Amino acid sequence: MNAPLRNATTAADAALVEVRDLTVDFLGGRKAVRAVGGVDLTLRAGEALALLGESGSGKSVTLRALMRLLPESRTRIGGHLRLDGHDVLALGRKALSAYRGGTVAMIFQDPGLALDPVYRIGDQIAEAVMRHEGVSRAAGRARALELFERVHIPSPARRLDAYPHEMSGGMRQRAMIALALACRPKVLLADEPTTALDATVQIQILLLLRELQRDLGLAVIFVTHDVGVAVQVADRVAVMYGGHLVEVGASGAVIGSPAHPYTSGLLASRITPDSPKGVRLATIPGSPPDLADPPPGCPFEPRCSLVVPACREGLPPRVPVGPGHAARCVRLGEPVAAG
Amino acid sequence: MILFILKRIGYAAPVALGVSLVCFLLVHLAPGDPLSAILPVDATAEMQAQMRAAYGFDKPLPVQYGLWLWKVLHGDLGTSIATGRPVLAEVGRAVGNSLILASVATLIGFTFGTFFGFVAGYARDSWLDRVASAIAVFGVSVPHYWLGIVMVIVFSATLGWLPPTGAGPQGSGNWFPDLEHLRYLLLPAITMSVIPMGVISRTVRALVGDILHQDFVQALRAKGLSEFGVFRHVVKNAAPTAIAIMGLQLGYLLGGSILIETVFAWPGTGFLLNAAIFQRDLPLLQGTILVLAMFFVTLNLLVDVVQTALDPRIERA
Repeated sequence: MNAPLRNATTAADAALVEVRDLTVDFLGGRKAVRAVGGVDLTLRAGEALALLGESGSGKSVTLRALMRLLPESRTRIGGHLRLDGHDVLALGRKALSAYRGGTVAMIFQDPGLALDPVYRIGDQIAEAVMRHEGVSRAAGRARALELFERVHIPSPARRLDAYPHEMSGGMRQRAMIALALACRPKVLLADEPTTALDATVQIQILLLLRELQRDLGLAVIFVTHDVGVAVQVADRVAVMYGGHLVEVGASGAVIGSPAHPYTSGLLASRITPDSPKGVRLATIPGSPPDLADPPPGCPFEPRCSLVVPACREGLPPRVPVGPGHAARCVRLGEPVAAG
Repeated sequence: MILFILKRIGYAAPVALGVSLVCFLLVHLAPGDPLSAILPVDATAEMQAQMRAAYGFDKPLPVQYGLWLWKVLHGDLGTSIATGRPVLAEVGRAVGNSLILASVATLIGFTFGTFFGFVAGYARDSWLDRVASAIAVFGVSVPHYWLGIVMVIVFSATLGWLPPTGAGPQGSGNWFPDLEHLRYLLLPAITMSVIPMGVISRTVRALVGDILHQDFVQALRAKGLSEFGVFRHVVKNAAPTAIAIMGLQLGYLLGGSILIETVFAWPGTGFLLNAAIFQRDLPLLQGTILVLAMFFVTLNLLVDVVQTALDPRIERA
C-alpha cells in the first residue's frame, strides 16, 4: 500500500482531525433525514474530546462518518473531513481501507457484538496486522500477544486462542481495544465503549483508555451520553443536540459553567453524590426533534424554557463565551438559569 | 472433539433402535396379513399355520422383533416376496443409485443455492435480490414431477440431447461413472436439484442479510479489511447453518424422491419403494425404509459433527 501524498500544509497544521461543516443525510426513506447538520471539530494529537449527547443526537453518526462506515448507497456525507492529512471523503477504495485501522481505529459499544464470533480473538487481531503491514500470521500473532499485555489481559498467550464468547465483557472490550490499536492508529474513535459493561468494569476500561491515550499520544474522540464519563476521559467536551454541536469547550468549563440551556438541562438531570434523596430528578420536557422535520431555527427551541422569537430565525451563531468555549444560543450574554 | 463424536454416536444409537422398531411394526400395522400375498387363495388353515411357523409369525411380537433385529444386524434383511432375491442386495443397489442422484442434485442445488443466496443477501431489496428470490421461490414451489416431465419433453423428446429414462444404456440398473451414464444422470439430477437450490438459497439469503447487519461486520470494515476480507468472515459465519440445511436436504432427497425417480425410471430407492408398495412386497418395503432411515440418522450425526467443528459456540463436551 503506497502512502497517500500528504499536503505540505498539514505539517505546519497542528490539528490532527479537522472537521468542517460535516453533514450526513440518510436517503432511502420518503424524505432524506439530516442526521448531522453541520458539525465543526478540530482535535490535536494527544487530545481527548467527548461527544456528549442523547440517543439520536447524531454523535455516533458523526463518528462513523469520520471512518466512512455508513452504508454508501443510503448516505450522503457533505463538508470537509481531514484526518492526518487525508481528505477522507476523497479516499479511493484502497486508500480508504489503509486509512481504516491504520490512521483511525474504532472501539464499539458492545464488544460481544463487534467481534466475529467464529474466529479466535488472536486471529482477528493478527488479520488486521497482516492486512496493514503485510507480515506473516506468526508476526501478527506476536503483535497480538504484545497488545494483550499492553491492555492488561491476564494470561494473554492463552487468551489469544479464545473465542469472544469465552471471555467476560470487560475482557472482550480490552481485546477490542487491543484490536483497535493493532496497526498503531493516530486517532481512536470510541463509540460508547463502556455502556454495555458493568459499572466496576466501566471504570477500569476508562482508566485503561486514558492511560493508552497518554502513553501513545492518541487523539481520542469519545462518544457518550454519560456526563460523568465525559468528564473523566476528556480534555474537551462537545455537546451535541439534534445533529448540531450546541456547545464546545474544556470539560471543566462546560460542566462548571454551561452556556447552552440544553447543557444546563443535561447537567441538572443527572444524579450526583449530593443529589437530595426522595426528590424527583429534573428532566428536560418534550422529546428530541424529528430529524426528518427539524425545527426551523435552533434545534432545542421547542423544548427550551428561555425561548425568544429570534430562536426560530435560523440556527443560532457560535458565540464565544470563554477561551476555547463557545455555544450556539441567541440568548448568550444574558444570564442563564440552570434547570 | 473425539469425546463429542463418541457421545453423539451414543445419542444416535437409541434413535436408530427406535427407528428399527417402527420399521418392524410396519409389517404388523399394514392392513392384511403379510402372508396372504404369497399364499394361494384357497390355502388350508393347516397350510397357513405352516407358513406362519416358517416365517416365524407364530411367535410373540417381542421375540419376533428380537429375531428380526438379530438378522438385520447380521446384514440379513430377508427375501423379497416379489423377486425372491435378498432384500439387502436390492436395497443396496437402489441406495447406491439414489445416493448418486441425490448427491449430485444436492451439489448442484447447494452450488446455485448458495450463489443466489449470497447475491440476494448482499444486494437485498435490489432487482438482483428479486430475481434471485424469484428463482428460489420457483425452486421450492414448482411441482417437481411436472418439471421432470417438461424437462423430458424439451431435452429428450424435442431436442433429443439427453436420454429420458433409466440409469444407463440398455436399461442398465447400475450406475457407472462414465460419460454415457452421466448423460442419463443429468436430467433427473437437475430436476431434483431445484428443491435444495430453493431451500438453500432462501436460507443463505436470510443468513447473509442477518450477518451483514451485525456490528462485527462494521468492525471488520473499521479495521481496514477489503470487501473480500469481510466476505470471508460472512462465509464462515453462514457455513454451519448452510451445511446443516444441505445435509438435511440430502437426507430428504435420498428417500423422498419417489415421484422424480418414477418419472425418470431411475432405479433408486424411490423407484424401489414405489414397486414394493404396489406389489405388497413387505420385506422389501421394510428393508428399504430401514436403510433409508438409518441413512438419515447417520446424516444427522454427520451434520451435527460438522456443525460443531465449524462453530466454536456449540458446546463440544
